[in-house]
Amino acid sequence: MTSTPVVQAEGLVRSFGGRRVVDAVSFTLRAGDCLALFGPNGAGKTTLLRLVAGLLAPAQGTVRVNGVSIREGAAARAQVGLVSHASMLYGALTVRENVELAARLYGCAEPSVAAHAALALMGVEDRAETPARTLSRGLQQRVSIARAMVHAPRLLLCDEPYTGLDDAGSAALTEVLTERREAGAALLLVTHNLTEGLALATQAAIMRRGRFVRHEARELLDPSSYQSQYRELAAVHD
Amino acid sequence: MGEAPGTLAASWIVARKDLAIEFRTRTAFLSALVFALLGVTIFYFAWDATAVAAADLAPGVLWVIFTFAGLLGLQRSFGSELADRAIDGLLGAPISREAIYLGKALANLVFVSGILAVTIPAVVLFYNLPFGPGIGALAGIAALAAVGLVAVGTLFSAMAVNTRMAELLLPMLSLPFFVPIVMGAAQSSARLMAGRPIAEAWPWLRILVAFDIVFVTACTLAFPYTLDE
Repeated sequence: MTSTPVVQAEGLVRSFGGRRVVDAVSFTLRAGDCLALFGPNGAGKTTLLRLVAGLLAPAQGTVRVNGVSIREGAAARAQVGLVSHASMLYGALTVRENVELAARLYGCAEPSVAAHAALALMGVEDRAETPARTLSRGLQQRVSIARAMVHAPRLLLCDEPYTGLDDAGSAALTEVLTERREAGAALLLVTHNLTEGLALATQAAIMRRGRFVRHEARELLDPSSYQSQYRELAAVHD
Repeated sequence: MGEAPGTLAASWIVARKDLAIEFRTRTAFLSALVFALLGVTIFYFAWDATAVAAADLAPGVLWVIFTFAGLLGLQRSFGSELADRAIDGLLGAPISREAIYLGKALANLVFVSGILAVTIPAVVLFYNLPFGPGIGALAGIAALAAVGLVAVGTLFSAMAVNTRMAELLLPMLSLPFFVPIVMGAAQSSARLMAGRPIAEAWPWLRILVAFDIVFVTACTLAFPYTLDE
């Protein structure tokens, strides 16, 4: 594939309290790529995601989204959608207001229409006028995903997006992620669930102690042996 | 997708969101309001009218209560962002961090103006101050004091919110910076309450104006660095 990279991370380093949490990580995702990132707790996956989203500044290295540095360009951040561990919702606002707020911040031409479409995508349009704080964890996760999708991002960063979702929610999410990928978006999917991750992935990586210890194209992997290899890596080193 | 909002438009989006949250919950506003009214009442009953004239005491009472009631509101300014890491939604959006600061400051300004709108009449009533034409000038002093307070307080609220002792740290950081505001506001309003011409208050008003210009600019420029982890 020769298309322009949607995201290019080069030599990312980030430390907390003298410990390198992300250590010289590089990867490139082009339109339609999905990198499934696996790793034990504390491997640095969430920190890497926050670096790519521009929420953290790297000590070294750069992240470019469509050629623009994520730390310096609003144009780069406008291309990114983030689903995080936390819901990033305001509990006092309704579901609709939360998603509309994101639509306005990202400059959607018609925020109400965009918000309604995103909520419908995740099957929560009937909860639009419900305050976010009164929703269950699973429904909050659906709204959080709708919030991240409202501006049709070209790069979608998902940190354990299936957490808390029921079967219908998981299916809706897989469908949305597949659809976004087919529409030319790139995905960075952090998960502990190898089956879900590999189902969407075009690349897979295992992260341990801040580094990519394995990183390869999905078609080169045998899912059945990958599972046991991953467990060995996670168990031996942590 | 359209253009991402510019700084002023983004500030307004952030301010509107904060005001909507405060309007729904009303917790911080009611707390600050009750605190302010109780403060006025307690000061009134502790006042010996034969020893100190109302016009001498009232300005101090007003601006001390305003400062502490304002702090109650400023505490919640960034607290609401941390509950579910909603701040990440703002930081990840294609808006400048200056816009986040200005939006937060604008919402805080509405908040403290609301407190002042109740506290000033309460002080005037309790101390039986002869106000009429001077009320417009006092409103102007209040506006200048409020701008200075929220400029500094919003910045320090962002700095303190991630710490374990945020409720202690915000007053500790802010109060030294509030001294020029309290002095300027108290001295200029004392002259008005004593029935002196506004020209006598002008040196103190200049301090308030200068404080506002310097700190609104400095805090807007400094704010982007306060949110980096």
